[in-house]
Amino acid sequence: MDDLIAEFITETNEGLGELDRDLIKLEQNPNDKDLIGKIFRLMHTIKGTCGFLGLPRLEKVAHHAENVMGRFRDGNLSVTPAYVTLILESLDRVRMLLEHIESHGTEAEGSDAELIEKLDVVFEGREAKPAEAAPVVEAPPPPPPVPTEPEKVYSAEPMDSDELQRIFDMTPGPMDMMQAAPVVEAPPPPPLAPEPSKEVAVAAAPVAAPKEPKADGESSLANQSLRVNVDVLENLMTMVSELVLTRNQLLQITRSQKENELATPLQRLNHVVSDLQDGVMKTRMQPIGNAWAKLPRIIRDLSIELGKKIDLVMVGENTELDRQVLDMIKDPLTHMVRNSGDHGVEGPADRAKAGKPETGTITLKAFHEGGHIIIQIIDDGKGLPMEKIKAKIIQNGLATQDEIDKMSMQQIQQYIFKAGFSTADKVTSVSGRGVGMDVVRTNIEKIGGSIELNSIEGKGSTFTIKIPLTLAIVSSLIVETSGEKFAIPQLSVNELVLVSQSSDNRIEIINDTPVFRLRNKLLPLVELSSVLKLELTQKGVDRFDHKYIIVTQVGSYRFGIIVDRVFDTEEIVVKPVPKILKNIELFSGNTILGDGSVIMILDPNGIAKSTGDIETETAVGEEDKDYHQGQLRTSLLLFQAGDESPKAVPLSLISRLENISIDKIEHSGGKMMVQYRGKLMTLMPFSTNVDLKSEEEKPLLVFSDRDTSVGIIVDQIVDIQEEYISIEPGTSSDGVIGSTIINDQATEIIDVGYYLKKLNANFFKNHGDEDFNSGFGKHDSGRRRVLLIDDSPFFRNMLTPLLSVAGYDVTSLESALKALELAENGQKFDLIISDIEMPDMDGFEFASRVRAGREWQDTPMMALSSHATQKDIDHGYKVGFNKYVAKFDRDTLLNAITQTFIEGEIV
Amino acid sequence: MEHSETHSQDTKKIMRTGKTRDFLTIYIGGQMFGIPILQVQDVLGHQKVTKIPLSPPQVAGALNLRGRIVTAIDVRTCLGLSAPEDTTKRMSVVVENDHELYSLIIDNVGDVLSLYDDDYENTPATLDPAWRGVSLGIYRLSGKLLIILDVPKLLNSMMSVN
Repeated sequence: MDDLIAEFITETNEGLGELDRDLIKLEQNPNDKDLIGKIFRLMHTIKGTCGFLGLPRLEKVAHHAENVMGRFRDGNLSVTPAYVTLILESLDRVRMLLEHIESHGTEAEGSDAELIEKLDVVFEGREAKPAEAAPVVEAPPPPPPVPTEPEKVYSAEPMDSDELQRIFDMTPGPMDMMQAAPVVEAPPPPPLAPEPSKEVAVAAAPVAAPKEPKADGESSLANQSLRVNVDVLENLMTMVSELVLTRNQLLQITRSQKENELATPLQRLNHVVSDLQDGVMKTRMQPIGNAWAKLPRIIRDLSIELGKKIDLVMVGENTELDRQVLDMIKDPLTHMVRNSGDHGVEGPADRAKAGKPETGTITLKAFHEGGHIIIQIIDDGKGLPMEKIKAKIIQNGLATQDEIDKMSMQQIQQYIFKAGFSTADKVTSVSGRGVGMDVVRTNIEKIGGSIELNSIEGKGSTFTIKIPLTLAIVSSLIVETSGEKFAIPQLSVNELVLVSQSSDNRIEIINDTPVFRLRNKLLPLVELSSVLKLELTQKGVDRFDHKYIIVTQVGSYRFGIIVDRVFDTEEIVVKPVPKILKNIELFSGNTILGDGSVIMILDPNGIAKSTGDIETETAVGEEDKDYHQGQLRTSLLLFQAGDESPKAVPLSLISRLENISIDKIEHSGGKMMVQYRGKLMTLMPFSTNVDLKSEEEKPLLVFSDRDTSVGIIVDQIVDIQEEYISIEPGTSSDGVIGSTIINDQATEIIDVGYYLKKLNANFFKNHGDEDFNSGFGKHDSGRRRVLLIDDSPFFRNMLTPLLSVAGYDVTSLESALKALELAENGQKFDLIISDIEMPDMDGFEFASRVRAGREWQDTPMMALSSHATQKDIDHGYKVGFNKYVAKFDRDTLLNAITQTFIEGEIV
Repeated sequence: MEHSETHSQDTKKIMRTGKTRDFLTIYIGGQMFGIPILQVQDVLGHQKVTKIPLSPPQVAGALNLRGRIVTAIDVRTCLGLSAPEDTTKRMSVVVENDHELYSLIIDNVGDVLSLYDDDYENTPATLDPAWRGVSLGIYRLSGKLLIILDVPKLLNSMMSVN
């Protein structure tokens, strides 16, 4: 195919994608002049380019559609949904014609007379409906407002299409070049012959570009980017991957030789390659919004077709992920959003009956979470019909009534991911054919992702998809079994356990099946050598001695893989397995290690599948695992310092743990300092009892907030435990919030704030030394429930124990959106404390939403802010906050809380 | 590859006319086979191969060829022959099929021959099906017969088996 045509198709497809989004916006906001102008220009470009390339049919359709857009732009026709539908229809036609050109190289035969007639009817204002005609009183459109644009001359007057065509053909050069006089002269006048048209198009490109910025500011960005063929990037990526492998090889070689003159340049190479790898990865990253572009249109069409009112809210469109991953999730996402629209959201009548707003909302959310992207599709529709699912399970013979009775809600819901499972009463053109969710799940699992479902009947459903950021380079654990090495992606490894059959850490056998007790829970085990049908080196229970268990999790199914040895981790470049091996589900790919050997990459999903039915294994009690009387579990780091009694600090407060040589500590200005990551870090021993002489190294807890790090020296790190903290206040010593029971031992919870304040005054603003515990607290009738919303984990973790010890039941959340979800779930609180500066939704908006909603309308709200100007404070009160407190002043905060409650009681 | 055979080929060329095709000759279980020369990417000696568990018996494993992963196929197994006693002396011919590289492990590699279309015959119908399936035809050479190995078919048949 002609290069020009290929480029045109790519460009036009992009333009069309943009148009889809814009037109939906237009329907919601018909008076947006900028938007209309933008759409008009896009249509116009399509038309203009068609002219060069000799695509008359496509050109005609675009031209007539542009005419109608022109009238919208000139404001003598107001945009109605019917018109938008018409424009969308013409866009579809354009797309159809394009597809044909793409696959055949020529335009399709056929006529668009019907569509053109429809467009002309609108354009010429010949409509029958009086209601529609009303705003178009001046039926013959006014003269062209911008005389410098000659296409207006004919588009303004009703003519038959042949006449238009004739004028159009006669017009010298493309429309894009009208303002650029020198270029108009350059190309030979009739641009229909193939040879000259090429020149014209080439000449047109640079001219068209400078024209855009004039129209609107955002397009100037376009000049800073290049269009690069995907193949070039793919190639680059492959080469960088090879480079990474070669570097790994070099590193491996130098590692074995101690002193080597290559070490320094290699170090440098190592850095450069890492940077290069990051850079190239970035070129492959695309905002997820690209995969969402079509969704507003789909929802719009769906809502019209099904007579529903649906809003599509998209959050986090700019979250970036690898192009390859993006491509893979595009279809599953579309399918799921369509499902939510079709099955999830009810019609307006049903919604009204259920006491919901007539318009249903489907929310798409994307965000990063620890090397993964989380995508959520949330609808506030009717949720999964449990009874129907149960009936269907029995009907399809997937389980018996008895079995279903024993299942948890989540287990039953999992069945919708089975093939051929549809609960839709009737098959619509949209969905209900029972193919779908199983395919969606397969596709997502194929890229190492997982999908979870949470649905409450009558309230709506939430699908949570978790996918890796990139597929190309993964960090993997190298393991060995029966003398063969394999790689397991680090992301699927939860933890490693070394088994010793003579100790408590031993593998037990039930009818030849090994199991393991992991923290008082039975962990099903899989022997890697047996699933891979490798020869066992030993038989009997003793073979498990000194083996490793790799604890992995697939969905909510946790299991262990027994391997002989564990080596180090390596960054590996995943290469697809050859087709011959495609059907071996246990491998997700293969790669070349640093030593040059080929290694197979294990797929935990495949291993889980090959060993048992995952669905039914879903751990019972999973649902209430995270919540315990409304409290979240907190990870605590247990340590000893000074004396024997165990101490604990919320793990999330600690940014890292280090070992520090005591002789490295320097003293300056009465403070202990240490050079840490190119900066000075202030240190202090946890207590004076911590011996700083006897040992060479001591563990150091490092706390960081933005650029500042401080360290506390302790004696020994004991363990990390997940606990529901319920703190008993009462210890009088400084720096201790209270105590709680961990592992049947009273453990002191450390008030990190106390130490940070001592170490670095900048961590907090001002503090009185009064005991903040006194004067608050225990109200006779149980503990007050406080909801804390702050996007900074540091302050969240800081304030939670503080408030907890002051006698409040604290639930802390990182975003206002999550808080609103709690409101919908009917959770009640006595007080809401919210940060102001937060991503996605700030405190002000949150407050106004809370006040507008029903659930928490009367709950007192307190704003927390790091910088509070009078204007902010006023604004805060206006949107519904009852109090406004500086963020770092905990005494004032606590006072303010009591104050609020006292006021509340008086009222 | 300056062998006497090439020399006799040259002398033949003077006498004979007609189209010729080039083949790399390989030996499996004493039988001579030919692979169209354009399909051959590399000829390798004995290589360290990573075994792939659960793979079909014909797959000997995977190896690293200058940064590309190549799947090793034991052609003897494909042809229903037993494994040879000394595996270290075996050689491999690397071919590309459907954008993937495969290393065909065979007993030995011979010369490159230019063969006349006149000497070509269809595969005899009586041949063992396992052999007939991967044969493109036979060339009559002086003193011996050469079977043209249909590489894509050999590889694709393995995929359909699975």
